[in-house]
Amino acid sequence: MTACFSQTAQMPLIFQPRPALPPPKQSVGMIGWLRANLFSSWLDAGLTVMALFFLYRALPPLFSWAIWNAVWFGGPQSCAPGADGACWAFVADKFRVLMVGLYPASEIWRPLLGGVALIALALASALRIGSGKIRAALWVALPIPLYWLVNGGMGLSVVDQSLWGGLMLSIGLALAGIMCSLPIGILLALGRRSDIAVIKALCIGIIEPIRGVPLITILFMASVMLPLFLPVGLEINNLLRVQIGIILFSAAYMAEVVRGGLQAIPKGQYDAAKSIGLNYWKTTVLVVLPQALRHVIPSLIGRCIALFKDTSLVIIVGLLDFLGMVKASSQDPEWLGHDAEAYVFCALIYWVICFGMSRYGRSLERLRKKDGLDNA
Amino acid sequence: MPDTRADADTVIELTGVNKWYGNFHVLKQIDLMVKRGERIVICGPSGSGKSTLIRCINGLERHQTGAIRVQGVKLTKRAKDLHAIRGQVGMVFQNFNLYPHMTILENVAFAPIWVNKMPLVKAQSQAMHHLARVQIQDQADKYPSQLSGGQQQRVAIARLLCMNCRIMLFDEPTSALDPEMIKEVLDVMVALAAEDITMICVTHEMGFARTVADRVIFMDGGEIVESNTPQELFEHPRYDRTQLFLSQIL
Repeated sequence: MTACFSQTAQMPLIFQPRPALPPPKQSVGMIGWLRANLFSSWLDAGLTVMALFFLYRALPPLFSWAIWNAVWFGGPQSCAPGADGACWAFVADKFRVLMVGLYPASEIWRPLLGGVALIALALASALRIGSGKIRAALWVALPIPLYWLVNGGMGLSVVDQSLWGGLMLSIGLALAGIMCSLPIGILLALGRRSDIAVIKALCIGIIEPIRGVPLITILFMASVMLPLFLPVGLEINNLLRVQIGIILFSAAYMAEVVRGGLQAIPKGQYDAAKSIGLNYWKTTVLVVLPQALRHVIPSLIGRCIALFKDTSLVIIVGLLDFLGMVKASSQDPEWLGHDAEAYVFCALIYWVICFGMSRYGRSLERLRKKDGLDNA
Repeated sequence: MPDTRADADTVIELTGVNKWYGNFHVLKQIDLMVKRGERIVICGPSGSGKSTLIRCINGLERHQTGAIRVQGVKLTKRAKDLHAIRGQVGMVFQNFNLYPHMTILENVAFAPIWVNKMPLVKAQSQAMHHLARVQIQDQADKYPSQLSGGQQQRVAIARLLCMNCRIMLFDEPTSALDPEMIKEVLDVMVALAAEDITMICVTHEMGFARTVADRVIFMDGGEIVESNTPQELFEHPRYDRTQLFLSQIL
């Protein structure tokens, strides 16, 4: 019986997986890229040709205005009115004012040193030189020596804050704004999700009114109205009031961004943390926030860029930031008619800084991909 | 009927536990005694309150009336009691719930470091030891998303082993797994069952229940319908509801 069974039973077929083959040649390499990105359809090809034509018409005149026919050095008389080249000599002449405002020339090394330190740290971050923890600590600690360097005191002569201006002021407002508003925003977001009704109401009561008014309103309130409410004898200078206004405004927006990230954390993560006996703050700091913040990196970077550009609104309360200095400089009677160059220069600097932040944000996202958080 | 007499060997004791979600009565007058080292499998249709029951035991869900005692400590709202109980009771979840931003090693060493304040080096060597027990030590530096479901669930079990808890709750540990991975997780659980660990496992793996469980509990509509040894319950169910359920899944 068993013999009969073994004769009729068939040997199982052996499954042999097919070998993996390389993809067709047309879909890879330079030609594959061109096909996929520029000429994937007739419409696509048409748009590509039109874009090339536009560049052909626009780039040469731009090049000749900005570089070929441009005047780079000299006084106001070297730029002929109505010339078809840019007058960068104007920007060069006003460079110090654009960078640091009316900061006294004898003390100019101080903001210069601060700027070099800031650029060095930014480059180190961009190129990931040194350990991430040290860089983060430096970013958190840097504003204090920077402030001391620019403001003076403790051995350095004090420079009145009404003399601060230009790009230095813009970056200072943005840097302090980002550094302070992110932690405040995180606390507000956590508070808004709190089980304790009073804390929740308080946070909503802070976030929603601030989000409901334009930044200009807040700046006016800080600059003009706040002094009316302060007790006699207590005086906060205009710059600090404006800075606090910017921080509160930004914090309310940061809070909503962070809240979005908190909502993306699955309930199971809280269960897992609770079930090992982790308390609220450890759960929040070690489990929830690292994930939540990584989810919202693009939006947080977006907020930082927006904040940096929003600092240009301080001109309406009498502070001359980078853009304000551009505007003031272009009204110099000796250099009339060259405001285009100043604005182009201003736009270029804004763009370099904002694009830098944007690229840095992208690189953080790639880091997140490596952690596998995205395909979790 | 469930045994309601507690003695010195009782580690988990539920008396008259009721719970509502809003107006929905999920747990109805639950009485349950679990002895040290006992291995219990809870089965029942979805919505019968199985998961809610074991989530009440470590305080992830709060019961409204009745009493739950774990190793003599009564479960109350006080954070101190909750911490005392959670230190002894570990839980494995259906969806693993590993921390996606930490490596496998960090996941497993996490609780000893941050809850029990163990030095980092000691916690990591202990973590490697337990990862080896679930045969996953060579994946220690990967992130959870790079592992298969079965591997992730074994990591989740190693995470519990590191806490040295003597009571383990399993909430449908194999329900989210591909068929080919169920066995590797069950094998680990069977090995655990051989030790002096009290296990309560919500599962529909009846083969597992047969080989491992001292007692199988069948729940429906928020009640414990019947509770018996696997042989008795599977072969001679007393209630028609149990018969019907078993005929669907066996």
